[in-house]
Amino acid sequence: MRTEPGIEPISIDVGRVLRGTVESLYSHLVTRPTGRAVRLAIEEQVAASSRTAVSLIDLSNVTVMDFSCADEIVAKLLMRFLDENRPGDVLFVFRGVRQSLHEPIQTVLERQELLAVVQGSDGCCALMGTRTEEEEYAWTVLEKHGRIVAAEVKEVFPESHHREVLDELVLRRVAFTPPGDHIYHALSTLMGGTS
Amino acid sequence: MAVRVIDLPASLDFQTHDALFSEIVEAAGNAVLFDGRHLRWVDPNGMVGLLAAASVGRDRSGEAPILELGRAGDVKSYLGRMGFFRAAEGIFAAGTSFPRRASGPSDVLLEITPITTNSDVHDVVDRVQKRAGAILSNTLGYPQTSVVQFSVILSEVCQNILEHAEAPGWVAAQSYNWSKRLGRHVVIISVADLGRGFRGSLSDEHSARFADRWGDVTALEAAFIHGLTRFPDSGRGQGIQQIRKQVRRWDGLISIRSGTARIADVPQWFDAPPLEEGLSDFPGTQINIILPERADHED
Repeated sequence: MRTEPGIEPISIDVGRVLRGTVESLYSHLVTRPTGRAVRLAIEEQVAASSRTAVSLIDLSNVTVMDFSCADEIVAKLLMRFLDENRPGDVLFVFRGVRQSLHEPIQTVLERQELLAVVQGSDGCCALMGTRTEEEEYAWTVLEKHGRIVAAEVKEVFPESHHREVLDELVLRRVAFTPPGDHIYHALSTLMGGTS
Repeated sequence: MAVRVIDLPASLDFQTHDALFSEIVEAAGNAVLFDGRHLRWVDPNGMVGLLAAASVGRDRSGEAPILELGRAGDVKSYLGRMGFFRAAEGIFAAGTSFPRRASGPSDVLLEITPITTNSDVHDVVDRVQKRAGAILSNTLGYPQTSVVQFSVILSEVCQNILEHAEAPGWVAAQSYNWSKRLGRHVVIISVADLGRGFRGSLSDEHSARFADRWGDVTALEAAFIHGLTRFPDSGRGQGIQQIRKQVRRWDGLISIRSGTARIADVPQWFDAPPLEEGLSDFPGTQINIILPERADHED
């Protein structure tokens, strides 16, 4: 998979971050202070990038994540980078989300009305969180295409409300358009060689 | 100083510890002797409740209570295996004769564990991750993956102590064969603290809107049913809601007693009111969770 020019892929192994933070003796993502420490460590890593970055948050080594940690590491992390005053221009894809992590993640996303891109073990991406049928449709079409250039948008999305939804997905940061450029990118195309 | 003798019942569990709390409240500032010579059966709620009651007795009278146990070895041995005597050090009077700590392999799911720091919650989760899998799947017939949800429940209930009570607490869990009561095995989780309770925790943020209706019942309903919390952060308040959801999936019972009230999600297999008020005003919060073996499960 190629990396889009100007996009920096960053891979973060959350299990390693957990062991590398002050909570070095802990092996599970439980309790809010632990979640907060891990989130701050992730923020520090990704905010160091001066360019737009796609961060692959790898949860493969996480067995247990409680709701407090999911709120910190997923919901609050996304909210921090949705904010106008975000510390950097970073988009997120979550990987290695085993079945036991689905519920805490889905719950905190729904509670904050957030949307996240999750990559399955087969490499395919999907949405998790709060979304409408139109958002799911527009995102799925974009994901299938990988990228849609401005000239193709009307052809791919003949109905105007789907085009509006596509822009909404960009604002929700589950799709990307470079500033001043009307090319819509699926986040999966921006991850480059992150592994 | 007068000594108040509190007779412990033969069976000290989630259905009898209210009487224990009433008696310790009535003891007021008197020194206390717990007469446990007739004690034959005690579950995690009974043990944790006894520690809480003794702590309250100690704090109110300024004297550590005495616990007298009978000669029957089974109860002492079981209390030892559950870590009761270790947890009781510093709570009961030095003269109380506690047996030496049990050693060797144990069938205990989670010994009585004091919860005072974030690190204690991690220790609890580490321990149940190692031990709970076989009990949940083989004994209760839950899916192999249920150990994760079980760990999350324990993590959330323990955090409730740290974040809301602002006082130390204890957690314990064990499995039992309720052949007579239910005809099935159960796992019992008990959590207790001596903090400010739900009313105290939520009062600053939420009491005004309830005006003169504010009390233990409204505070419990606010947290248990509506997920209110004292924190303005909208990400907070999910713990109890998610615990309830998982306990319901497993057809379990959850009750929370705080102050003078108790609120519960009661499954069909158990007979108890969903809300009780007018109980003795005992400090802190006590959470009881009972997870039954799947009805269609066979060993």
